[in-house]
Amino acid sequence: MGLLSKKDAKLITDPLADNNPITIQVLGICSALAITAELKASLVMAISVLFVLGIGNVVISLMRNIIPSKIRIIVQLIVVAALVIIVDLVLKAFAYELSKTLSVFVGLIITNCIIMGRFEAFALGNGPWKSFLDGIGNALGYGVILIIVGFFRELLGSGTLFGIPVLGDPIAKTGLYSMGYENNGFMIMPPMALIVVGIIIWVQRSRNKALIED
Amino acid sequence: MGLKSNLHNLKEKYKGTKMAPAFNAIHTFLYLPNETTHNGTHIKAADDLKRTMNIVIMALVPCLLFGMFNAGYQHNLAFGTGSSVAGGFLSPEFWTVDNFLIGLWKILPLVIVSYGVGLAVEFVFAIIKKHEVEEGYLVTGMLVPLIVPIDIPLWMLAVAVIFGVVIGKEVFGGTGMNILNPALTIRAFLFFAYPTWMSGDKVWVKGAVEQDQLIAAGESLDAISGETILGSLAQGKEVGYDVMDMFFGFVPGSVGETSTLLILLGGLFLIFAKIGSWRIMLSSVVGALVMGLIFNGVVSSGWITEGSKFYGLMSTEFWHHLLIGGFAFGTVFMATDPVTASQTNKGKWIYGFLIGFISILIRVFNPAYPEGVMLAILLMNVFAPTIDHYVVQGNVKQRMKRLKAKTA
Repeated sequence: MGLLSKKDAKLITDPLADNNPITIQVLGICSALAITAELKASLVMAISVLFVLGIGNVVISLMRNIIPSKIRIIVQLIVVAALVIIVDLVLKAFAYELSKTLSVFVGLIITNCIIMGRFEAFALGNGPWKSFLDGIGNALGYGVILIIVGFFRELLGSGTLFGIPVLGDPIAKTGLYSMGYENNGFMIMPPMALIVVGIIIWVQRSRNKALIED
Repeated sequence: MGLKSNLHNLKEKYKGTKMAPAFNAIHTFLYLPNETTHNGTHIKAADDLKRTMNIVIMALVPCLLFGMFNAGYQHNLAFGTGSSVAGGFLSPEFWTVDNFLIGLWKILPLVIVSYGVGLAVEFVFAIIKKHEVEEGYLVTGMLVPLIVPIDIPLWMLAVAVIFGVVIGKEVFGGTGMNILNPALTIRAFLFFAYPTWMSGDKVWVKGAVEQDQLIAAGESLDAISGETILGSLAQGKEVGYDVMDMFFGFVPGSVGETSTLLILLGGLFLIFAKIGSWRIMLSSVVGALVMGLIFNGVVSSGWITEGSKFYGLMSTEFWHHLLIGGFAFGTVFMATDPVTASQTNKGKWIYGFLIGFISILIRVFNPAYPEGVMLAILLMNVFAPTIDHYVVQGNVKQRMKRLKAKTA
């Protein structure tokens, strides 16, 4: 990457794996459990967070020297809230069905710990370009996990991907279903998302022992 | 050369390699190892893990055999091909070779899949973690076929066993470290993943599901209804079985849980062998009776009328709850699992009582899935360490007080 220095590139790649916001920092679990039953919802959620966190980090970073530290949380909340409202209205205008599926969880991006965490931990102490990269990196790390979880949950729970049947028709009994396969109803329930996230954490830490904490 | 020395040689040959734990396991499972320790004084205890497990399995065998006869009996009864009257526990109409073979043919694959898949997972984990294979799956593998409906597809059972052993046990560190009872984890997985195969009025009788599919395909056959007693009660229907049927177990249900009599005998055997905790069994029964009495009281005081969807199970006589569904089986064989139950004596009373109490509560208030004992035990498994903590702390406090009184 000629565009980014090595240090800057690390800002994006680190949160994807060894400093992933969900599996390592264990933030943003709530939405990861709630909306990952479908891949489409996971993807839209990931993009929404990417937008909010990328821009929010830049805005906070630009204002970092003029925000009085006593009221900084309030200022941060206003910035996120404004961005989330934009996302919410865009979704309602252009993807109404999807926004109904995501329902309250778009609004709840405001309380997503990842966003406040990045504002506090990074944007308040770094310049706008670095903050932007950090925001993008963390949002991507969040999105990757969301999409992995969404992929398995939709495939095993509903037999579809992005709503397209890939294993055959469960009612007409074609494809895999003709051999007696059935969808796993447990996959659609939130507890299974927790277990899938747990398995990802397990795999990740057994591949990289340095991540294991006592 | 016998098998034992062959195995011993193999073990020596593969020592230090990746596969060593697997050979070790086969060897120690079948025989007493040749090796002895060379230093220090040792006490040889007769009740090691393997023997404990074997005694539980012995207690389960009557339930398994009865399950086979009952499977054939229910099948013949539903299809009108056999005698419809069992007529007492020793009746020759029930204990027929035909009944047994029908059951054997359906249940043996369940047992094989349960043990095969479960032990395979244990072996793989032992090799990855380079530790000895543990015997922990021996009892689980026998419990699992006994608590599933007879018509459950084998691949579903296999998936559930993998899930239960990996997520329920191995992630916590293997046998002895698990929080939840693995057999119930497996059943709970099936229950939430494939609810159509775990409830309703078809899966409990061999062949009823296929009959249903044939009818759906347009053949003119009579639909088979093998509703369990709990299912009927939950829907407020009449129950066609008398108390003796329930007690002996001539009713549809999961494979090995129908016969309260044989479960009782197994339970007594466990108590006399000092393996199962009588405190948990007794307090669980008391808990169930108390909850049953409360519900009976609610009905007789007229708060719940016959129109209510809770009426069926609430008005069931309180002691019938002990005979129907999986309550007896769960109390005797699942709640007493020494790993997941409370460890302190006082804790066992609380733990058992709440299992019984919550079981009946779930039964009545969750008519869609009327079997509460599974969820009650899993819930209390989670709380068992908390109960123990407070019992121990209470004891510590009491002794501190005594000490203070003495020294003051």
